[in-house]
Amino acid sequence: MKRLTTLTSALVALVSTNVFAEYGLNMTEGVTSVSRNIYDLHMMVFWVCVVIAVVVFGTMFYSIFAHRQSKGHQAANFHESTKVELLWTTIPILILVSMAIPASKALIDLEDTSKADMTIKITAHQWKWQYDYPKENISFISNLAQSSKDSIKGDKKPEHYLLEVDNRLVLPVDTSIRFLVTSNDVIHNWWVPDFGVKQDANPGFINDAWAKIDKIGTYRGQCAELCGKDHGFMPIVVDVVSKEDYAKWVAKQQSAQAAVAASANKIWSKSELMAKGESVYNTNCAACHQKNGLGLPPVFPPVKDSKIVNGPASEHIKIVLHGKAAMPAFKILNDVDLAAVITYERVAFENTGSIVQPADVKSAR
Amino acid sequence: MSEQKYYVPDGTYWPIIGSIGVTILFVGFANQMHGVSWGASAMVLGFAIVIFMLFGWLGQVVNESVNGIYNSQVDRSFRWGMSWFIFSEVMFFAAFFGALFYARQISVPWLSGEGNNLYTPELWDGFKATWQQIAFSTPGTTLKSGVEMSIPTQLVDTWGLPALNTALLLLSGVTLTFAHHALRAERRNQVISWLVATIVLGVAFLGFQVAEYGHAYADGLQLTSGIYGSTFYMLTGFHGFHVTIGAIMLSVILYRVQKGHFSADSHFGFEGVAWYWHFVDVVWLGLFVFVYWL
Amino acid sequence: MTTATATIPHGVHHHGPEKGLMRWIKTTNHKDIGSLYMWFAFAMLLIGGALAMGIRAELLQPGMQLMEPQFFNQLTTMHGLIMVFGAIMPAFVGLGNWLIPMMIGAPDMALPRMNNWSFWILPFAGGILLSTFFMEGGAPAFGWTFYAPLSTTFAPDSTDFFIFAVHLLGFSSIMGAINIIATVLNMRAPEMKLMDMPLFVWTWLITSFLLIGAMPVLAGVVTMMLTDRNFGTAFFDATGGGDPVMFQHIFWFFGHPEVYIMILPAFGITSHIIPTFARKPLFGYSSMVYATASIAFLSYIVWAHHMFLTGMPVAGGLYFMYATMLIAVPTGVKVFNWVATMWRGSMTFEAPMLWTLSFVFLFTIGGFSGLMLGIAPADIQYHDTYFVVAHFHYVLVTGALWAIIAATLYWLPKWTGKMYNESLAKIHFWWAVISVNILFFPQHFLGLAGMPRRIPDYSLQFADFNLISSIGGFAFGASFFLLTYIVVDCIRNGKPVSARPWKGAKGLEWTLDAKAPYHSFNTPPSRALIEAESQHSA
Ligand code: HEA
Ligand code: HEA
Ligand code: HEC
Ligand code: CUA
Ligand SMILES: [Cu+2]
Repeated sequence: MKRLTTLTSALVALVSTNVFAEYGLNMTEGVTSVSRNIYDLHMMVFWVCVVIAVVVFGTMFYSIFAHRQSKGHQAANFHESTKVELLWTTIPILILVSMAIPASKALIDLEDTSKADMTIKITAHQWKWQYDYPKENISFISNLAQSSKDSIKGDKKPEHYLLEVDNRLVLPVDTSIRFLVTSNDVIHNWWVPDFGVKQDANPGFINDAWAKIDKIGTYRGQCAELCGKDHGFMPIVVDVVSKEDYAKWVAKQQSAQAAVAASANKIWSKSELMAKGESVYNTNCAACHQKNGLGLPPVFPPVKDSKIVNGPASEHIKIVLHGKAAMPAFKILNDVDLAAVITYERVAFENTGSIVQPADVKSAR
Repeated sequence: MSEQKYYVPDGTYWPIIGSIGVTILFVGFANQMHGVSWGASAMVLGFAIVIFMLFGWLGQVVNESVNGIYNSQVDRSFRWGMSWFIFSEVMFFAAFFGALFYARQISVPWLSGEGNNLYTPELWDGFKATWQQIAFSTPGTTLKSGVEMSIPTQLVDTWGLPALNTALLLLSGVTLTFAHHALRAERRNQVISWLVATIVLGVAFLGFQVAEYGHAYADGLQLTSGIYGSTFYMLTGFHGFHVTIGAIMLSVILYRVQKGHFSADSHFGFEGVAWYWHFVDVVWLGLFVFVYWL
Repeated sequence: MTTATATIPHGVHHHGPEKGLMRWIKTTNHKDIGSLYMWFAFAMLLIGGALAMGIRAELLQPGMQLMEPQFFNQLTTMHGLIMVFGAIMPAFVGLGNWLIPMMIGAPDMALPRMNNWSFWILPFAGGILLSTFFMEGGAPAFGWTFYAPLSTTFAPDSTDFFIFAVHLLGFSSIMGAINIIATVLNMRAPEMKLMDMPLFVWTWLITSFLLIGAMPVLAGVVTMMLTDRNFGTAFFDATGGGDPVMFQHIFWFFGHPEVYIMILPAFGITSHIIPTFARKPLFGYSSMVYATASIAFLSYIVWAHHMFLTGMPVAGGLYFMYATMLIAVPTGVKVFNWVATMWRGSMTFEAPMLWTLSFVFLFTIGGFSGLMLGIAPADIQYHDTYFVVAHFHYVLVTGALWAIIAATLYWLPKWTGKMYNESLAKIHFWWAVISVNILFFPQHFLGLAGMPRRIPDYSLQFADFNLISSIGGFAFGASFFLLTYIVVDCIRNGKPVSARPWKGAKGLEWTLDAKAPYHSFNTPPSRALIEAESQHSA
């Protein structure tokens, strides 16, 4: 029944322009000069096409209507005219040139990243984003929010289903930001429609793009290049805040990271490690090795009963730190998280490995 | 050649045999690579079927040709067919040459920060773009596929074996042309000598190529030496494979000349193989210039 | 009539086909092989379509209901591959086989044995491709564009089988193209000049050059994949100085011409059907030929418009944008010529004409969205969204597939000597044309609103249009049952027709018997006949 009502309301949406905006029928205008440029281009080209369509299809339908045998229309016999051929070659060329000029300007403008005030480095991983603020020395990973993960199979969807993350990217408003985009494994694509930023993340290369966002708010996007199993599940959420709030946020992050670094020096108990390890495992590893540790063979091996997991800790630390083939390198996690998740793997799933301390990870780096 | 009806052959089994052969060959190959025990034997079987098919099919064509069933129009069809087949081969090599040019002019310089890749060097500490020596500066690197890269200690000397091979192959083009002239003049003994000379040159080329591979491999230039090793071996390897095929086809032609299959104005088999040989020749010139020399 | 049996050389006593299964396996006859191609393509269309039904079923509503994400990716990938390489391309080769010898006054194709092989590689290649579904790790799941490194380092073992299947498919296409070139250039009736050839022959000749230039490059790129995966090369691995983007350059150097391979023969078909039912000669024959050649040429130099977001330098972006936009010009010329052919004609609307008219309309819509995609800055927002999916289904389904269906109905009487059921065909047409728009039109909105392609699940704001699209999809899928019935019914129970069942039809094929004889023209047609049947004679 609910389906039926959505269906009818969608059909209504098709005919009433008012509802159009609500249902997102058109490209967003966005909140940067680039996105607005793109929107204008899009609309310009669209209307040109509409006009051409009206002329071409108008002629065609007139002919279908008027020049039909059932109306007794006799066929003419003309079949050649160099003049009209030249005419309908030249006119489209002129139209195209008039489109190409603003398009070229927009392209040149959006590729020019030289005037940025700050830099964000974005590294894609199967299937999460890593954000680095090189100057501020902040670094974190952003995963699909647990609320979305839990409702994929269920009927009740949270508000921003599949468009919510655990750690949002936070950016200041009215600042020229340069995005450096790269990948750690396959090609991904970092896309936030409202910024007019969509850039391939190529492993081994760094691409750049820029945006100057002029409105405070929350903006959402998605990975836009097929990157394997969970390509549909690596969203992007950006909080754009005032410059003051941004400064506060930076200070808070920095002190939090300092606290983590300090805790790496103490000896952790097994239960502490296990508790932390479970959550690290579920956010970072379960996508491939699954919550139950059984993996998805043959591509993603189980960690339950694995030789490496039950063997010497050094090998285990090595594969998690440095990766191997399709297994990503997890250098980006801090020593505590790594020690915790490795311990968790070695103890959970009926495994029989030893526990690992942050200091072990540190010395293995 | 008489001007009769275009010859439309009766039904034939050879294509289906060929399809089964290549399928077994490929399925065997894939299994072989995945470590399945019967993979290699399937490859051999598939290959044998393909060879059987080629002999049977082409043998039938030769037979029909010798019996004068083909008119000049059929001959022209063969010519069109062979020329566009060679063109498709050109495009196959073009893909690998394209990869070579791209890597050399674009991806390697970009990795060291050229073009619009100002920031890329952040990922590659201390990397300097030097064509052919990608791996020199980074010993111990493993590729994403998990294979450890091989670091060459020395590069191939352009003016050693490769230059000699260039001379051999160019010469073989000349001897083959002499053979063709002799065939036009209906001097069979000369045809045979020039053909033998061509084949000997081709085989010598292959021998030197194998020797050169041996040196290069010993010096550490291997398939796993990064993009230079990859393009080097794939281009020269496919070329060598084509020389081998060409030499085999020349031998068949030699046999057919001895059998007296060809006349001054009807010898498409000979010409088709000659085109192929010249094509292989030209590819080599490209290789010599772009892979070994520049 | 031209079935006259002049003296046939010894060893060549064919009076008709052999009997039984062996006829089809051994056949060297262009009509038999054409039929094999068509049936194979149709089977693949149903399989590829069934996979698409799987896609649409999963996308019916938000959440994962029916399958795992990885399996969804397999469906998408195999759907694209099977439709492109299994359905559309073989269907056009089948039409070419059937029609070209009849249209140029030839007895058969130039290289009949090789013709057999071109076909009989296909079922094996298709079999290998489909068998990957049953392998460990599943079928290829990296998109029909199989970008490295997802398809190299990160793909299951079955990928190597996929690679060999592509090799075989390429081999088949290249042989098919060589055969068509040799046939058109060498088997034409001696009295037929190039500029006398019907447009279907012209478009196929030009398509053959696209095939021969593009397919070997595809073979090259999958070979590089093979060695990257198994032999330690580094073509697509930056660690060794390679580049994943290089994969895309080589792939699209093949891939873009490939999409025109799938549309040029459709243009040819359209240029036959419109004049017939407008009862007026084709307008601008020679400009049609030049436009086709221009499109083919341009198609080789625009490939990176699929790669605007890979980090291409500005100069590259500008160049590829301009070159891409240029293609609108010759394509426009074709559209205008078709409309001019209709203008002041005496039109009737039998089923083939209905399909063709809607082809002109819907393909042009797909062309417009293509032009929008070609605007490099705007492609930032369009790329890899459902807007692209909408674009290429408009040009492929309501373009290529539409033309194939139109051609099937149009020439079915010549192939079978019988007429299909016109009123059923009309019902089928309206059913299909309405449902296909419900299926694909809303995808424009989805794309503009920001729905990425190749995702198995989506956020809630995309729910409504996906629901509509899926419903349209099921309705469109079901229409194929009716199409199957119409074709089978025609073959079984159709009413016998005369040699030229369409009043306004021109072309040498219509001068043959009602049901075309096993060997088309054993004696070449005369100059007078060729002129009378040519597309540019009044
Ligand atoms: C039959 C197949 C076919 C055809 C004919 C076309 C035709 C065109 N295509 Fe399309 N395209 C595909 C199949 C096809 N395409 C496929 C399969 C993909 C996706 C691949 C993938 O990623 O999986 C794709 C993707 C694709 C992209 C990449 C999008 C992206 O991934 O970001 C682009 C970008 O430029 C593009 C452009 C065009 C253009 C400019 C044309 C032009 O040829 C269209 C020209 C026609 C017209 C413009 C209409 C008629 C003209 C007039 C009436 C004249 C007057 C008009 C003007 C002056 C405006 N196509
Ligand atoms: C070449 C031609 C071609 C054709 C004809 C089609 C036909 C169809 N396509 Fe396809 N499509 C592609 C080429 C084509 N497609 C390509 C190249 C891609 C890109 C792949 C990629 O991203 O890598 C793609 C991707 C693609 C997507 C995007 C997937 C994604 O991004 O995740 C979708 C989604 O709706 C889709 C749907 C359909 C549908 C519903 C049809 C329908 O028109 C099909 C209708 C036909 C039938 C249904 C057959 C009839 C079947 C029966 C009679 C059997 C009984 C079946 C049932 C009714 C259950 N296609
Ligand atoms: C993108 C998918 C992916 C993610 C996410 C992932 N892994 Fe893996 N993992 C793999 C693959 C693939 C392998 C097999 C590598 C190989 O041997 O080629 C693997 C192998 C392993 C192994 C060795 C198992 C064995 O017996 O060979 C361990 C241990 C491991 N991963 C731990 C982890 C930990 C800890 C995390 C999270 C912090 C994690 N993995 C996240 C894909 C992944
Ligand atoms: Cu990451 Cu798609
Ligand atoms: Cu294209």
